[in-house]
Amino acid sequence: MATVKFEDISYTYNKNTPYAATALSDINITVSGNGITGLIGHTGSGKSTLVQMINGLIKPTSGKVYIDGVDIWAEPKKIRNVRFKAGLVMQYPEHQLFAETVEEDIAFGPRNMGLSGDALKERIMEAVRFSGLSPELLSKSPFELSGGQKRRVALAGVMAMGPEILILDEPAAGLDPGGRRDILGKIKSYARESGTCVIIVSHSMEDMAMYCDDLIVMAGGKVIMHAPTAEVFTHSEKLLSVGLDVPQITKIAVALGRNGIDIGEDIYTVGFAAERLLGKEK
Amino acid sequence: MKQDIAFGQYCEGESPLHRLDPRIKIVITVLVIVTIFLAKSVSSFILLTAFTVGLVLLSGISPRIVLGSLKPLGFIIVFTAVINIFWMTGETPLFELGFIRIYPEGLINAALIILRIMLLLTATSMFLTYTTTPIALTDGLEQLLAPLKKLRVPVHEFSMMMTIALRFIPTLMEETEKIMNAQKARGADFTEGSLISRAKALIPILIPLFISSFRRADELATAMECRCYTGGEGRTRMNILRTTAKDWLFTAAVAALGVGIVLLNMYLPLYSLSM
Amino acid sequence: MSNIIHAKNLTYTYPGDEDSPGYPALRGVDLDIEEGSFTAILGHNGSGKSTLAKILCMINAPDGGELTILGKDMTSPEITERDILDARRQIGMVFQNPDNQLVATIVEEDVAFGCENLGLPSAEIRRRVDEALDIVGMRKYARHAPHKLSGGQKQRIAIAGTIAMKRKCIIFDESTAMLDPKGRQEVMSTIERLNREEGITVLIITHHMNEAAMADRIIVLSEGTVLTEGTPGEVFGNPELLWSADLDVPQTTELLYKMRQAGYDVPLDIFDEEECARIIAEAMKKQQIRGNT
Repeated sequence: MATVKFEDISYTYNKNTPYAATALSDINITVSGNGITGLIGHTGSGKSTLVQMINGLIKPTSGKVYIDGVDIWAEPKKIRNVRFKAGLVMQYPEHQLFAETVEEDIAFGPRNMGLSGDALKERIMEAVRFSGLSPELLSKSPFELSGGQKRRVALAGVMAMGPEILILDEPAAGLDPGGRRDILGKIKSYARESGTCVIIVSHSMEDMAMYCDDLIVMAGGKVIMHAPTAEVFTHSEKLLSVGLDVPQITKIAVALGRNGIDIGEDIYTVGFAAERLLGKEK
Repeated sequence: MKQDIAFGQYCEGESPLHRLDPRIKIVITVLVIVTIFLAKSVSSFILLTAFTVGLVLLSGISPRIVLGSLKPLGFIIVFTAVINIFWMTGETPLFELGFIRIYPEGLINAALIILRIMLLLTATSMFLTYTTTPIALTDGLEQLLAPLKKLRVPVHEFSMMMTIALRFIPTLMEETEKIMNAQKARGADFTEGSLISRAKALIPILIPLFISSFRRADELATAMECRCYTGGEGRTRMNILRTTAKDWLFTAAVAALGVGIVLLNMYLPLYSLSM
Repeated sequence: MSNIIHAKNLTYTYPGDEDSPGYPALRGVDLDIEEGSFTAILGHNGSGKSTLAKILCMINAPDGGELTILGKDMTSPEITERDILDARRQIGMVFQNPDNQLVATIVEEDVAFGCENLGLPSAEIRRRVDEALDIVGMRKYARHAPHKLSGGQKQRIAIAGTIAMKRKCIIFDESTAMLDPKGRQEVMSTIERLNREEGITVLIITHHMNEAAMADRIIVLSEGTVLTEGTPGEVFGNPELLWSADLDVPQTTELLYKMRQAGYDVPLDIFDEEECARIIAEAMKKQQIRGNT
């Protein structure tokens, strides 16, 4: 079970120039592999910078990032190994596809790790299963596929590296509601079955409420909350004050309280709200 | 962050040079180039240098930036200097060393030619790159060349292409960075290996970049069509370039400079460049 | 009120090649858009929404069916290039990717682009550009470079470009899909203002149910045909149908639906959280009184 630890992280863009801007300061958190952790915060809150530090795409200005207790910048030359350990799926990852076939594209990461032959094939098939692609697509060109299928190929390309930590930036962006449910469901079962520590960055509070076990809330380059999902949404006032939204159902629960029906403030899914409401009638 | 790359080193400002009509600036630049090539005498170079220094002061751009931009020319300057110093012959050599003879004429010639290169670069960029945005330059060029449309030269199309290219360069740079990061996250390595393997490592960047550029081009074409774009015919412009008295004053001043240079060459040369 | 767009049994098939047959994106769509209305089109990916939008903007011509735009039959064989251009003058479109629809390197030049294409006098363009930038609240960015703006700001520039052309109708093809919540809110409130205050006919294509709930009318497309249409209340009042088309309903409706299944007499067409809570509270109190007697 993988653990990511941020210790006194800070980051300044364009350091030593007149345009210097602080993106992160005093980040001290630990995320460990137990289900899905959501990272929320408005644009410019520093969340993208933070996730790109986990796999060493960005080096902190000060502070240390540890994966399983090892400082990832201990040997800067070996930073590539960190990237295999912490897989990052960027926003709209289908825009990075390049190979002639789906199979070749998925193989890119594992090949860079030095895998070949049966071991490579095994990795690919496993990733295909987790991402919900149908195996007959493997021989097709990735550019012939539909948007949703391309997204899965890109996802499989990172899953095939067998990372211990999987970071996804807006994995459901631009998909229709059915597509969103589908891909987030796949990620959820992947986290559960493979025991990978999954971190999702998203703006959609409804999705985060549905799929995440824990949430990290960022604002102004700082982490302002890190707690189980239910607990985070009980602080709806605080979320709203930093420019974030809460799921509509949480707002309904708060309004119900004002109307004399107290079902608690830790409501973040419709199913949960209905259960509490209907449990009350007895 | 590669976002703040300045194209052609435009320096924002409100100086009289910034406010000149871009068409006039293009015309003036041509005049200035001709004038600089007309200069032959030491006296005319003194006048030109004064003029260029005046331009820099007028533009309000820090002389350090201007001098800094001459650095890449170092090699050409040294090369020209060497050729002139060693190949020029005169009456009495300054000193001799074996077959190498250096004449004072060679030294003066070298100095003047180096000065000419520096003046050429500084004066033209004072009008064009430093004080004019690429878009204003494109507009100016389109309007100056407008008469060529009658000869079926696609002037408008050319300037539209320039505009779109300028608009998309920052977007594509950002995109390249994103794709590079995405492939790095999959273990791509652009820094190690032989030349061939490094070239090969670029494929995962170039292909997505091409595909996305095509997609952008396609979407942009649709969007332009939706905005009733049908080519240059029947199109008007919001900002019509208007020349003011200042523009003509400047042109007259540069023309006068040209005349002055010719007169100095003829009547007060002090010493003349020999070609 | 008259119809700006009238379509009957529209069909469109994307041409195929040797190995693959063509893909029928529209299989007979009927559509009527009233002048001044605010319509939302919902549908899963591949349901034909964007194809429909491109046909309504005269980018693609339908294969079959009737299409009347502003009283002119666009499928008649006599239609000329000029007529198509005239229709395009009246119906504008704002696309999904804000980067791929801005042409110029200065905001105001971009807003002017459409008007310049129309061949308007420069003083008139200047006036319209300033007015359009005021409407979208971007006047102070007039001399900025578009690539340095946020996604929501870029979309507002694109909107300004289309309103400067004084169009009667604007189609928004998933214009909020790539934006963050703040950008989305900026764009949606701008759209709402255009419709309510400027009287522009608005057609939005979206995946966000809460955005669709802002419209007067919702049309749901599925597999290239109209699955259902009506007011937001009518459409979201039938959640099973939407779920079957891979769509969603607002969470207020979903909760009310669950209450109704448990035997409460509650309406489904409530989209405001406060009102939803009030209705549930009332229904529960009523039930309690009945249970006690």
